Amino acid sequence: MGKADSVFEVIGPIMIGPSSSHTAAAVRIGLISRAILGESVKKAIIQLHGSYALTGKGHGTDKALISGLLGLDVADERIKSALEIAKDVGMIFDFQKVDLGDDFPSNAVRLLIEGPTQVHFEITAVSVGGGNIGVIQINGLSVQISGEYHTLISIHNDRPGIVAKATSIIAQHKVNISNMCVSRQRRGGLAAMVVEMDQSLPSEALSELEDKAQIVRLIPPIY
Amino acid sequence: MQQLMKLAARNNKRIGEIVLAVEAEKENESPDTIRGQMVISWEVMKQSLKKGVTEDIRSISGLSGGDGKLFFARQPKYLSPHISKAVAWALGVAEVNAAMGRIVACPTAGSSGIVPAALMLAKERLAVDEEKIITALFTAAGIGIICSVNASISGAEGGCQAETGVAAAMAAGALTELAGGSPTMVGHAVALCLSNMLGLVCDPVAGLVEVPCVLRNAGGLMQAILATELALSGIQSRIPVDEVVEAMNEVGDSLPESLRETALGGLANTPTGNQYRKKVQ
Repeated sequence: MGKADSVFEVIGPIMIGPSSSHTAAAVRIGLISRAILGESVKKAIIQLHGSYALTGKGHGTDKALISGLLGLDVADERIKSALEIAKDVGMIFDFQKVDLGDDFPSNAVRLLIEGPTQVHFEITAVSVGGGNIGVIQINGLSVQISGEYHTLISIHNDRPGIVAKATSIIAQHKVNISNMCVSRQRRGGLAAMVVEMDQSLPSEALSELEDKAQIVRLIPPIY
Repeated sequence: MQQLMKLAARNNKRIGEIVLAVEAEKENESPDTIRGQMVISWEVMKQSLKKGVTEDIRSISGLSGGDGKLFFARQPKYLSPHISKAVAWALGVAEVNAAMGRIVACPTAGSSGIVPAALMLAKERLAVDEEKIITALFTAAGIGIICSVNASISGAEGGCQAETGVAAAMAAGALTELAGGSPTMVGHAVALCLSNMLGLVCDPVAGLVEVPCVLRNAGGLMQAILATELALSGIQSRIPVDEVVEAMNEVGDSLPESLRETALGGLANTPTGNQYRKKVQ
């Protein structure tokens, strides 16, 4: 776990128990997955790995993940009845215990989610302690998303100019970049770019990027 | 910690006031905004305190629930009525947490009962106003930050001493300050409290935040009260507070992995603990 060096990291978060790593972090993983999907979640296959698979049930990890997919906050008392709420709104979900392999830390989960327009994503995320999370893969591409910042995500075919385009748009709007990462399957293959920013961008600023990429998302901080 | 104590003494301020000023500057927010955020946290703490001793609480696994309410209704044989109530609050908040209720992690969810119970004790026993309670929460936060930066506040890293131990140290510092103790006494309260909790292992039965976590919130609260009274009496920790925090870090590093939240050792690995694990999974 990272070192908590601010007051509200030590006294906080305000959350539904019992575990910051197995409950609060799981809600946040659900929330960011919903944001990446970009619409409501109709169908979810949730693959629990490591300690999420072993002790998830007793920690309410299942309810917490579904809560996040429904858009409930970490302090929402409805988390307890999230599975019933999901059934009421017609969300189809299934939990599986899997072994993602030794490369993945103990508190990891892979979500295969689909929205009403049939857009679908495969998202792998981990709990990194103290309720903090990291999204580490989107559709098999390596990424690093903490959810603490305004985040620009682009998935596109690997070719020159995409990163330059994004950073120039960001610079034009005088927005400060806090973290950035790029990855790709192979040269010329599918690639991902993630930019975490201190401020937001107007959504119309991204139209030029949207022309060049398959998927562009602008996500506000989830905590 | 020594630095923080000196800064408070030199400026004739409470430690909590210094922590608040530093946080406001770091976050680039007004002190009032930061204070307002803490008021919200205290409100949630108060709700969880009440809930834990008045409602019928049961966790998903069935391993915990009901002890806070039971203890609250009882006449103690040895404890003072005030302290007995505070123990019930510590148990109750930890049970609210285990049963998927709303709490404030302090410093973690598993140790969330100790600081609220201690502050409510001060509020009732010493009739201190809310304003002072909020400042005391910043004192507690400062102690928690120091422990986190120089040791750990994660059971997986440092064992239970890092969770309920640090929570107790935070509570001891806050209680000492609220009773009029000097910044030096606050430092001794923290050192004495941590010294008494050094080496406490994290061995959750079935990997859940229930047994013995709920019980250890009560134990941590008692250690906090003891350390507070010792410090207020003028008893000093022979080992300086920052060295005690260093020792906690060293002890945490030496704990085997089986005693750091993996549920492979200690109470979790007893025959009954293993039976519970099978039942829950």
